[in-house]
Amino acid sequence: MTALLSVQGLSVSFSTYGRTVEVLKAVSLEVPQGAQVALVGESGSGKSVTMKVIMGLLAQPPARIHAGRIMFDGRDLLTLPERERVALRGTAMSMVFQDPMSSLNPVWTIEDQLTTILKYADRRLGRDRDRRGRRARVIEVLAQVRMRDPERVAQSFPIMLSGGMRQRVLIAMALLSEPRLLIADEPGTALDVTTQAQILKLLRDLVETQGLALLMITHNLGVVRETSNYVYVMNKGEIVEEGPTAGLFAAPRQQYTRDLIAAVPRLTGRVTS
Amino acid sequence: MSELAALSNSYQNWYRFSRNPTAVIGLLIVVLSLLAALLAPYITPFPDHVGAIVDFRNRHQPPSLEHWFGTDNVGRDILTRVIFGLRVSLMLAFVVLVIAVPFGTAMGLLAGYFGGWTEIVIMRLTDIALALPPLIMALAVAAVLEPSLMNAMLAIASLWWTWHTRLVYSMVRQIRALEYVEAAETLGASKTHILFREILPNCVSAIAVKTSLDAGFVILIGASLSFLGLGIQPPTPDLGTMVSDGASFLPDYWWESLLPGTAILFVALGFNLLGDGLRDLFDVEDVR
Amino acid sequence: MEFLGFLARRLAWSLLVLFGLSVVIFVIARVVPGDPARMALGPRASAEQVADLQEKLGLNLPLYQQYARFVGGLARGELGQSLLTERSVNLDIRTTFPATLELVLATVFIAFLFGVPLGVAAARWKDRWPDNLVRAFAIVAAVMPTFFIALLLQVLAGYVLQILPTTGQLPTGTEFEANITGLLIVDALLTGDLNVAFEAMRHLLLPALALSLATMGQVARITRASMIDVSRQDYIEAARAFGVPDRVRLFKYQLRPAFVPPLTIMGLEFASLIGGAFVVELIFSWPGMAAYGIRAITQKDLNAIMGVVMVSGLFFVMVNLLIDVLVGFVDPRIRIRGRRA
Repeated sequence: MTALLSVQGLSVSFSTYGRTVEVLKAVSLEVPQGAQVALVGESGSGKSVTMKVIMGLLAQPPARIHAGRIMFDGRDLLTLPERERVALRGTAMSMVFQDPMSSLNPVWTIEDQLTTILKYADRRLGRDRDRRGRRARVIEVLAQVRMRDPERVAQSFPIMLSGGMRQRVLIAMALLSEPRLLIADEPGTALDVTTQAQILKLLRDLVETQGLALLMITHNLGVVRETSNYVYVMNKGEIVEEGPTAGLFAAPRQQYTRDLIAAVPRLTGRVTS
Repeated sequence: MSELAALSNSYQNWYRFSRNPTAVIGLLIVVLSLLAALLAPYITPFPDHVGAIVDFRNRHQPPSLEHWFGTDNVGRDILTRVIFGLRVSLMLAFVVLVIAVPFGTAMGLLAGYFGGWTEIVIMRLTDIALALPPLIMALAVAAVLEPSLMNAMLAIASLWWTWHTRLVYSMVRQIRALEYVEAAETLGASKTHILFREILPNCVSAIAVKTSLDAGFVILIGASLSFLGLGIQPPTPDLGTMVSDGASFLPDYWWESLLPGTAILFVALGFNLLGDGLRDLFDVEDVR
Repeated sequence: MEFLGFLARRLAWSLLVLFGLSVVIFVIARVVPGDPARMALGPRASAEQVADLQEKLGLNLPLYQQYARFVGGLARGELGQSLLTERSVNLDIRTTFPATLELVLATVFIAFLFGVPLGVAAARWKDRWPDNLVRAFAIVAAVMPTFFIALLLQVLAGYVLQILPTTGQLPTGTEFEANITGLLIVDALLTGDLNVAFEAMRHLLLPALALSLATMGQVARITRASMIDVSRQDYIEAARAFGVPDRVRLFKYQLRPAFVPPLTIMGLEFASLIGGAFVVELIFSWPGMAAYGIRAITQKDLNAIMGVVMVSGLFFVMVNLLIDVLVGFVDPRIRIRGRRA
């Protein structure tokens, strides 16, 4: 079976002040339909750039894509006309942003922001939905991310919500147009450990019940274990190791992976001295 | 080593500054204006036209080789009077800022560093000054006293210091929160040491930027004041007065009003560009 | 509720500023000149005349009592008699202030109408030619003396092109009495006199434009800086990732949060705007408070001077309160937290 998302031999470099740095070196990874895949690496390993290229958010220049293909649903995103590229963004593939404090517009209500996104997504998909329909959908999605009082949350400004609630809003934002692929950028890192665990559980449940494909981007192997069944390890712009999550944790082949695993703070299990 | 570093640092600054075309233009204008004002009696073609000289045969002459800027309604050379007028404008800005900047800085340091009642009193005073247009204040003072350059300068300076107080105050508040000041405090450094050795040096670049920008604005206010007839009194040449006198002969004898007006614009522009250039150089953002 | 607290604090600030103003004005008018009565009557007046006027104005009382009388009058909205016209200063200001208000309102309107789009364009095309153009405009507008702009516009549009009237509020001989709101254009529209309204707008255009250029440049500059600041926020990137179109992102997502600094700067700049109005009114023979004030100043009419300065200060304070309310309306964070970020 072909994968929903398949990155093949992607190479990207950055040019600033006359210096060129290669940030991605022939990166290949696959996210099959309905699978939960993690891309893990330290900051600066190239995982964020990979995510931005997939979403089409990379500023070019200074970045330049040398080689590779990004196949999504049988089409190469890199050769797709800009209009069709934009049409996919936020609809077929969608993103959960990392920082709940800064990723919501402070001067508009949650409902306003979500309906605006929905309105233009609908327009791109040629879907006909009126104002009331959009509102109903927003409330529905807020309920899906287990908001206790979705009506009230919809009326709120971001500043009136807690960090955990805002992170849920960001997940709701990603789910609005029933995407097939969800890219999550370390959701919850800015939150406390308990809230983050809740967010991750919510995300996993949503992905499983709705049959979405998930690409989880993180530096934390604890998160990987919680949310994925297949994992790619990235270091200095290259995929250095990949494999089913359980197997990789049991028998890491690379020293780099072993170091990463050793660095995970233990959330569960007994305290070892 | 440290002297060498300081030297290369100032060289670097100059290099960065010289690569900024608007800043260099600003500096050129300011230097040219200052030179012209200082050397006015030696470089002007008709230095005696400064006074109440009347030469009716030569009145309203358009710009020519003899009179580059033309002559006014009593036949005086406008270029000469513009250069001497520049002198008055720059003098005004100089005196106002020499009073306002040190005083305002001192007040800002006091308010920011000591807090409490000192802060409340000083900062509320600046709030009040903010509500008074400097031009109207100067007008009112000119009205109750005599209209003169001295009174105008005093009136403007009496409001102007508050802008520097607000600037320095906010900087002191920011700097105080930094760790090295706290460290100096814990180590038992005296208050004067902290104020003058730790905090003040860090405000200098912002004050310099603001002072340069201010010079242009003070010149504008002084010109407005004399345009209204309440600043410098004739026959002392003044740019604002010249624009006002020439305005009654617009548009036929346009040079009598437009050229002195352009001169004001030119000097104010110079100080503004210089200030902008310094702002980029020192990387201080919040200065108006 | 925090917003009410915020407004209450700002109101207290306003009262303090007004109190301070009253002291400053009192000092200028009663303490600095020595003998106000002698000043008003001139050097040729007899000693008895001076003593009479001193008695009438209460100048023989101790200073603190004089101040108490002055503030008591202010609190009742009573600015005293003009020493020269013998009319009450209140009446004089009431008849001249609306024209100034109309000019200033039109000025602020024009400054924002053009300044904000200029700032948005400069931010949108940062470091490209629209940006350079807007920045050059802002600098030149800031350093152009207001009276020089006014003269240039008057000569250019009035005498050379002859497209707009250059003096007054209406053509001479027009019979129209503004007495509903006091604002000429508004009253003309309310009474359905479209001809007068049109003429009034034509007359307003040049002075308002002359007065607005400097503010327009400031608004453009601050809007640009603020827009660039906001464009770097995560929520703008997020809106892009969700396919919100450029236009919507620029105006809805970026401009609204970026709008508070230009509003605040407007409040601070307002004092110098009133100062500029003095010059512009004189050049365009605009029948406003400034022309009255200048006359009072040249004729040393102390009560009138105090009245004009006090009303200018009050105007400044009211505008700033209004801006505080607007700022809370634009940015819910201020409304909810009850303070500026």
